[in-house]
Amino acid sequence: MRLRSLVAAAAVSALGISLAACGGSDSGDSSGGNGGGDATLTYWASNQGTSLDNDKQVLTPVLEKFTQETGVKVNLEVIGWNDLQTRIQTAITSGQAPDVVNIGNTWAASLQATEAFLPFDGEAMDAIGGKDKFVPTALATGGKEGTDPTSVPLYGLAYGLYYNKAMFQQAGLQPPKTWEEMVAAAKKLTNPAKNQWGMALAAGSYTENVHFAFINAAQNKSEWFDADGKPTFTSDGNVQGVLRYLDLMQKDKVANPSNAQYDNGTKAVNDFATKKVAMVINQNNANSSIVANGMKPGEYGVVPFPAPAGGEQVASHVAGINLSIFKNTKNKDAALKFVKYMTDAPTQTTLGKPFASLPVLKDAKPAFTSDAAEAAIFSDIYNTKSKPLPLVPAEDQYESTVGKAMNAMFAKIATGGTVTADEVKAALKTAEDQVAASS
Amino acid sequence: MSVATPEAPVSAGATPRAQKKRGPDRRPGLSRKLPYLLLAPAILLELLIHIIPMLVGIWMSFVKLTKFFIANWSAAPWAGLGNYQVAVDFDNAVGEGLLKSFGVTIAFSVITLALSWALGMAAAVALQPAFKGRSIVRTLFLVPYALPAYAGILTWNFMLQRDTGAVNHVLVDNLGLTSDRPFWLIGGNALISLITVAVWKLWTFAFLTLMAGLQSIPNDVYEAASVDGAGLVRQWRHITLPSLRPVNLVLVLVLFLWTFSDFNTPYVLFGTGQPPAGDLITFHIYNASFLTWNFGSGAAMSVLLLIFLMIVTGAYLIVTGRRSRRA
Repeated sequence: MRLRSLVAAAAVSALGISLAACGGSDSGDSSGGNGGGDATLTYWASNQGTSLDNDKQVLTPVLEKFTQETGVKVNLEVIGWNDLQTRIQTAITSGQAPDVVNIGNTWAASLQATEAFLPFDGEAMDAIGGKDKFVPTALATGGKEGTDPTSVPLYGLAYGLYYNKAMFQQAGLQPPKTWEEMVAAAKKLTNPAKNQWGMALAAGSYTENVHFAFINAAQNKSEWFDADGKPTFTSDGNVQGVLRYLDLMQKDKVANPSNAQYDNGTKAVNDFATKKVAMVINQNNANSSIVANGMKPGEYGVVPFPAPAGGEQVASHVAGINLSIFKNTKNKDAALKFVKYMTDAPTQTTLGKPFASLPVLKDAKPAFTSDAAEAAIFSDIYNTKSKPLPLVPAEDQYESTVGKAMNAMFAKIATGGTVTADEVKAALKTAEDQVAASS
Repeated sequence: MSVATPEAPVSAGATPRAQKKRGPDRRPGLSRKLPYLLLAPAILLELLIHIIPMLVGIWMSFVKLTKFFIANWSAAPWAGLGNYQVAVDFDNAVGEGLLKSFGVTIAFSVITLALSWALGMAAAVALQPAFKGRSIVRTLFLVPYALPAYAGILTWNFMLQRDTGAVNHVLVDNLGLTSDRPFWLIGGNALISLITVAVWKLWTFAFLTLMAGLQSIPNDVYEAASVDGAGLVRQWRHITLPSLRPVNLVLVLVLFLWTFSDFNTPYVLFGTGQPPAGDLITFHIYNASFLTWNFGSGAAMSVLLLIFLMIVTGAYLIVTGRRSRRA
């Protein structure tokens, strides 16, 4: 009897402790006010450079300069992409969060839905320099349409079609302007017997796959969510868009079936850099990998990822990294100052080259490449041929369910099976049901 | 999910029954309290580490803990049995996915268990007679067990790559078994790869346990049997197997619980590109919770898994216990 009451007492007190601890998550002082010299910010940066250490080396002098200017110290932690989302989830749940954090911009609307982040309303937006300083499409990624964004753009990225100039010249080909030209060129440059392929696809990466599901569907003028935020995955435009991309391996046979095992974009880029493939579609930060693998800057060219004849000219989603402030920060003013500093022109120019990013500011010149033509093409794609991924709370579920469905379809093709339009539709229906069931 | 720790069902099912013998208690106050005081830290830690997270997990399974509520999760709205209904509605995509994953896990678990046990038994019996170099062979067998799981599984990932992996290099280039290079980490072969890696990791534990069990069988029993004309197979069936029964009972149960709740092997072997054929249930629950931010649904799946494992463990203990009493 006594033992039972002892256990019960311990359980109650321990439960009380843990509940009090979690109650602490929303007790944070959000009134801010401490922007003075003694503030210290914690900043979680995502991995942008060639390694976590490289990121630290690049960012440290930039952050030191901020401390000199404002007296605000910054504790930096660089986090790899595989861990970042889980770390942010844990931070939201526990309330033990950094002040400022980098997020993948496609997560913005999903993270906004948690209400754990500071909205950049009129006042906060003015504090970081006003919304007019940003490229409008980039700023649009910051949250759901018609709401105050909870993140602002930091580094811009866009997809481009990289091609090997020498291979094109030898085959008497011009850089493709339409999907049909791209496939024709890829077929001409494919020779499986010599392990030579027209294109490399990151066909085992669910994030890359979902980007291309989105872009190809957008070229068909098709949407993945309706105005109410409900999934519309199985529309014809989406099915045909997905199938067109799968067909690069299935029907056109211009990609090595082994690509179905490529679970990140780097592997496809390496095949391009080592001249096993003639083309690769990748974001502009591929440059450093290409050069690191031995290809010289003048040996490749870039054109926008082409749409089929008569299709919508969408060549990329608005890719990139955004910056968010946790709502329960005790250093709101200092955090706003920091966001302003990171998104101001001089800092953007300093970081543009090492992180191979496009500027998110109006009228800024890209610093990521010395090739003026390449810089102009990527700027044009980013500013005029990009569309943001669906800005709905269920965006994260869209990425994981549709992306993984495409992984499975590529795997089926690679292992000798075929995927018909009906099967694509069935797979997208399953993905849609998963999203509906958990939102 | 903390709810699905493999230890939980063991302790739950294996609670010893007969502890009621109590003598007349004539001890004074302090020494009567002393055992409880000494137990208190352990009970408190057990509460903090196992019981409370488990209770929180069970609570989570009854609320709508989606991204809209994780920032203030104690205020998540009540979902009743909603999360459970979705998980067991096999006409729905979520329930269908869970059922498929359950099927894959059963197949994986049973085959891995059978192979690990058979290999462990074969090796333990083969290494029983003393011979030169026996200790070296024994040590070599234990390498997979001593190696950090992550490093071992990652090496398998490299070896099983289609174009650059050592497995295809041997099978296709050296032995010429097929002209087409098979995929090992995607498609149907993924389950074979997963089982191979899991057996590689587990069989040495079976070997170690059975070897220790074999040491306890007196040698004269074998000598007597041999004098009576029993061959090696008959000796194994009629002496070795019955003598190892207590060891085997525990070994089979532990191997089953380990394989059924294996997370590391699919997580490291497949990374984010995990194929449907390798979609083990713990990994499935992890994805359901973290990739779709639906922790309530993930918790409900974990509780279902826990209930399943408790039923299996309980049934196993009852059946084997009854047989032991009969014997």
